[in-house]
Amino acid sequence: MDAAALASRFPATQDLAGKDMPTFRVAGSDLLAAVAYLRDAQGFDLLADLCGVEWKDRPTRFGVVLHLLSTTHKEYVRLHVDAVDDRVPSVSSLHPGANWHEREAYDMFGIVFEGHPDPRRILMWESYPYHPLRKDFPLAGIEVELPAADVAEVTGKKVVPAPMMGGPFVSHGGKLSEGEPTALDQSWNEQHPKA
Amino acid sequence: MKITKEISLGDVAARSEELRGENMTLNMGPSHPATHGVLRLSLELDGDKVVKCDPVIGYLHRGDEKIAENMTYNQFVPYTDRLDYLAPLANNVAYAIAVEKLAGLKLPPRCEAIRVLTCEMARISSHLLGIGVYAMDTGAWTVFMYTFNERERLYTLFEELTGARFTTSYTRVGGVTRDLPEGWLAKVAAFCDGVERTIDEVDKLLTRNGIFLERTEGIAPISKEMALAYGLTGPNLRASGVPFDLRKDKPYSGYEQYDFDVPVGVKGDCFDRYLVRMEELRQSVRIIRQVVKTMPGGAWYAEDAKKIFLPPKAKVLTKMEELIQNFMLVTEGPQIPAGEVYFEAENPKGALGFYVVSHGGGVPYRLRIRGPSFVSLSILPAVVPGNFLTDIASILGSLDFVMGECDR
Repeated sequence: MDAAALASRFPATQDLAGKDMPTFRVAGSDLLAAVAYLRDAQGFDLLADLCGVEWKDRPTRFGVVLHLLSTTHKEYVRLHVDAVDDRVPSVSSLHPGANWHEREAYDMFGIVFEGHPDPRRILMWESYPYHPLRKDFPLAGIEVELPAADVAEVTGKKVVPAPMMGGPFVSHGGKLSEGEPTALDQSWNEQHPKA
Repeated sequence: MKITKEISLGDVAARSEELRGENMTLNMGPSHPATHGVLRLSLELDGDKVVKCDPVIGYLHRGDEKIAENMTYNQFVPYTDRLDYLAPLANNVAYAIAVEKLAGLKLPPRCEAIRVLTCEMARISSHLLGIGVYAMDTGAWTVFMYTFNERERLYTLFEELTGARFTTSYTRVGGVTRDLPEGWLAKVAAFCDGVERTIDEVDKLLTRNGIFLERTEGIAPISKEMALAYGLTGPNLRASGVPFDLRKDKPYSGYEQYDFDVPVGVKGDCFDRYLVRMEELRQSVRIIRQVVKTMPGGAWYAEDAKKIFLPPKAKVLTKMEELIQNFMLVTEGPQIPAGEVYFEAENPKGALGFYVVSHGGGVPYRLRIRGPSFVSLSILPAVVPGNFLTDIASILGSLDFVMGECDR
């Protein structure tokens, strides 16, 4: 991987000094050209991964991280792209495999991929109103309507948040619980036998 | 009999054009035996030829990435079992190595060898199932019985090693949960002899079987260029003729010490994908034999990683410092420095990748899981059209995907 070549071709590129692989921050306007250059001139022929991230210490709220792999040079390279106004150009014209990854990043974060051939949700259903991997979305979920209106009419049910009580599912490092350990079902004990 | 009119090919074509009706839309799945889980294919059919295929996924979406952001590193290990639930041991190892890379941990040789051993056993288990159900989808019932017998033996070995048959949760960041049981390696060696016989039997049942060949040979070929463009990995990529194997080309956990071949396909059709998996079974047995023979002694976890790996139980119960250390590690999680890492391991289904962003502390800030099955399925809209409806079972079987890893 010739890091200097990428930086000299695209002056807005910033070397992030990645510890595990060469890492660059590429401007959104340069992304397509940079990925095409890496694919055609540097041999990064396989898009290993593309995902969204919600940063908390960067100027834009969301960013996209691409991992490209060269099957001939056996190397990886990582590209960071900031999603200015939550928008990033789609690379699925260069790597068709990016199609689903980008749909997922849109589904989970609401990042819009400009020029995407099929901008639908992928894991959640089409009418789902939220983007669940955003940091302000609660772990338990939010009550929403069922995806199928006819089923909702017959059953009268909704998609309800997960019951989070009782499970040691959440452990935030550094924050210890102040309460005493308790049993899951406290409706009965020695004095009040189970009904 | 007097011929009144000779019918030409043109007439037939014109007539069939007259008969052409609307295309039919057919839903295959989400509960269909050939979709191996909860995959739904929305198909458009012209007669029994597929015109358009739109996979609908997400029926098994559990939000693993969201869950990971809300728990400590070690608490997430059981969730990795449920990604590719046919090879949980390999997922455990991939996840542990990703976090260890971020922490800059170096593991003792015994731990690495144990991990290679479990990874290869997981590969055998996954491929045996993959080939068994693939054969069943194409009409050969018997193979499944042969391969499942061997998987049962494997599960017994897993149970002895990890305490669980299916959801093993064997690794921890910085090591594994327990050392190998006494006499276990001899049982693994005995298993190798048995499974080799079974592989030969499956070979005899399938490889030259006329029906199986008819249903797989030349079906849905994926070219080298297409496989790369769609980001296929693992056996599916190699069946298309790309000799890329992370165990050889980006060795991890000491894979470079072992001698094995990487099988590569020529045409990239359904049959080549079967052949590659069959050969990988044999190569995995070869690796296991080498590991059993050269299993190093010494520590089976990173002893110097006091802020990451739990202290030994005997010391926790007798020494104050270790007790406190144990308590802090369990409640606050192993302390991983800030940074980002991407690690891919060569899993049975392809490259399972973990992208971990840490802001320090015991909980990941962002954990992205790159499931090889997700990528393998994304090629369906490109390869399925043009094939017959019945071929879909062959194509799905040959891609060997698992929905737990696709939907996460």
